[in-house]
Amino acid sequence: MSVPVKRKKASGLSQLIIPLVALGLLLLFNLIRDPGFYSVSIAVNNAGNPVLSGNMISIIDSASELAIIAMGMTLVTAACGGQDISVGAVGAIAGAVFVKVVFAFESITAGALLAGLAACILGAVLFKLFNGTLVAVFRIQPMIATLILYSCGRSIAYWINGDATPQISSPILSAVGMTIPGIPVPTPIFLVILTGLLMMLLFRVTNTRLYTQTVGINQGAARLNGINPVRIKLLSFVLLGVCVAVAAVIGIARLGNLSHKTILADIEMDAILAVAIGGNNLGGGRFRLSGSILGAYIIQMLTTTLYAMNVATVNVKAYKAIVIIVIVVAGSPVVKARLSALLNRVRPGGAAGLRGVS
Amino acid sequence: MQNNEVLRMRGICKSFLGVRALNNVDFTLRKGEIHALMGENGAGKSTLIKVLTGVYEKDGGSITVEGKDAHIRSPQDAQKAGISTVYQEITLCPNLTVAENMFIGRTKGALVNWKEREKRTAEILDSLGIPARPRQELSGCSLAVQQMVAIARAVDMQCKVLILDEPTSSLDEKEVEMLFGLMRDLKSRGVGIIFVTHFLEQVYAVSDRITVLRNGELVGEYVAEELPQVELVAKMMGKDLKDLADLEQVGVKNAGEKDMVYEAENLSSTEARPFGFHIRRGEVNGFTGLLGSGRSESVRAVFGADRVTGGTVKMNGKSVRITNPHEAMKAGIGYLPEDRKRDGIIADLSVRENIILALQVMRGFFHPMSRKEMEQFADEYIKALQIKTASQETPVGSLSGGNQQKVILARWLLTHPEYLILDEPTRGIDVGTKLEIQKLVLKLAEDDVSVTFISSEIEEMLRVCSRLIVMRDRKIVGELTGDDLTQATVMKTIAGGEQ
Repeated sequence: MSVPVKRKKASGLSQLIIPLVALGLLLLFNLIRDPGFYSVSIAVNNAGNPVLSGNMISIIDSASELAIIAMGMTLVTAACGGQDISVGAVGAIAGAVFVKVVFAFESITAGALLAGLAACILGAVLFKLFNGTLVAVFRIQPMIATLILYSCGRSIAYWINGDATPQISSPILSAVGMTIPGIPVPTPIFLVILTGLLMMLLFRVTNTRLYTQTVGINQGAARLNGINPVRIKLLSFVLLGVCVAVAAVIGIARLGNLSHKTILADIEMDAILAVAIGGNNLGGGRFRLSGSILGAYIIQMLTTTLYAMNVATVNVKAYKAIVIIVIVVAGSPVVKARLSALLNRVRPGGAAGLRGVS
Repeated sequence: MQNNEVLRMRGICKSFLGVRALNNVDFTLRKGEIHALMGENGAGKSTLIKVLTGVYEKDGGSITVEGKDAHIRSPQDAQKAGISTVYQEITLCPNLTVAENMFIGRTKGALVNWKEREKRTAEILDSLGIPARPRQELSGCSLAVQQMVAIARAVDMQCKVLILDEPTSSLDEKEVEMLFGLMRDLKSRGVGIIFVTHFLEQVYAVSDRITVLRNGELVGEYVAEELPQVELVAKMMGKDLKDLADLEQVGVKNAGEKDMVYEAENLSSTEARPFGFHIRRGEVNGFTGLLGSGRSESVRAVFGADRVTGGTVKMNGKSVRITNPHEAMKAGIGYLPEDRKRDGIIADLSVRENIILALQVMRGFFHPMSRKEMEQFADEYIKALQIKTASQETPVGSLSGGNQQKVILARWLLTHPEYLILDEPTRGIDVGTKLEIQKLVLKLAEDDVSVTFISSEIEEMLRVCSRLIVMRDRKIVGELTGDDLTQATVMKTIAGGEQ
């Protein structure tokens, strides 16, 4: 039984090889370019609390919203075989609901913020259910179904609050968006970990993972085994909604205001990219959240690296695109097949056992 | 060589990965003849058609069209040689007009005179009596008319050989008559038509000759009028009728008079016409009939796989509502689908996940099994059914067909169903595994599980079933038990009519 165990690990890890190598190369590149890139120091913030600062801290911190949304996007991708392009716009709506509800209280208390959070999650989930219904019940392609809110979501956010950028500041909120006094690590990092842990818990106490993969791989067969594909697809959208709401609150807490135009702007494309870089099949089926989270950090690392190299803002996207093309091509089925064939030749019998058992 | 031969295929061989799909098959088509190509699943009909149309390249043999050697290596070659195919699914573009469809892919040069083309289209439609207008969008026509447009297109391309692959399977009776009218018209114009279908009556309604294939080999070519329906069935199934009578009768098991487990009355679905049957505890019954007779559709209705449209169902004497697979599973029914690849396996998931899937679903969304429990179940059934897999974690899609089937069997056995439906569990499986599955079915019956067993192979059905429900043209036409369970009776009942 020792051989199968080995294979289990090999097949489980293979999806993460490309993103791990990409991340390793980025780290190496920065190490050669400027070892100082990795220096971490303890600074004191405006409130007089110690905070860690450094490029790596800022990368991990600023990728938080992306990492959280990428988790939700992974589930929708796996179940529906398509992507939701309205996460940024629905994030704006969720943020607007949050601000609206918090402002309804006389002062910004912990209770007000909790009520705001609850409403924000509820709002995001409802809008995601709208997307989910179009996809799961009416079988509209996810991109088209979510295009609707993609184009009008930010207007809806504006209607909810009227004012273009409402200011919202409270010590609790800044503890969420920056650091908790006494803890030098930025709070959003903990929120990513928390979201990840909650997802793991969800996979442990429910069959979300098995059902989602089954529906994504073979919807008809899933039905014949008693799974309701519509419900599973809706569930994936609900979970994405929760992720979007959390990301929106982090975004507001970071800045202390809400701009319906810029909050979580363009995050949908990065989230889809994170899912892809993480080696997940954009056509649905098997998935790994860890891959997508890794993808999110790779994207942020790339951006920060480019800025650190003093690449002009207008050019950043172009350079980013080049690197991403390389990663995505390296992870493509064609290249993967070639690579594993090469590997087989190098060590005969090595990976041969993975397929072709008859 | 006779002068009127339009197509002559000789010694056609084709193998896939060492498996012979066609072995030395001859086929001859004459001018102005409708020639039915018959055979059960895996007989080689579609392989032969695909060789002829250039989809597959033959390994050996020769094809001549009108006496000239035809080198067909691609569908374009076939078209140039005057061979056209109209498939069961329309391959035209529904959102283009009829005239556009007539000329699609036939354009030479960039300039197109649409006026002329519409005129030409109108002429063809008119001459063939097809009720469509050139400027009408194709999707606005009925399925039958769409099919006729596809045929008209082939005719306009001067085709000499027209292949109709299951053209009638989605048409109603009137439409079938319309299509037959067109076929006879083409026949009178000298077109040779190859008609592939599984509806026996339709074969006799239009065909002049019948060629029967079985297991990739030619059984024979017959003049339709001289081949009684029952003999055709026997030939398709590989039985010589004379021998049938003296064939030893296989031991038939009787479930006795145990309680009724499942009863259906007037059950119907979007795919199955109303039917009724029942099964007792520990009984093995079978639905038999040719491909397309409705046997699979019927059991799909039992399991709620297609949308159930009516009828009453009782489980252990109590009324139950089964409108979807989940309800069927809860009622204690398991279902191994006919198409393993499409409906059975979850290819990318592991053997372990595929085995536990149905039981996991029955336990519920909020009661996931522990990894350890899953591994125990998987291990137990991999051993019990001798599933050959590198490990529990191997994706099931990479196993051989027989082992995939065992995985799905394991999935349902694990749920301990009271009533298990097995639709073609032994199709495409090696002989050893076939026997294992048959034994398993009998063992299940001993353990008081009721089993419905469907197979294209009559011997197999006779070996395991104590009652056979015979279907023809989507209706139950007979029920055989006891002494009637002989190959001869079964085939007579399948063929119907003449004795």
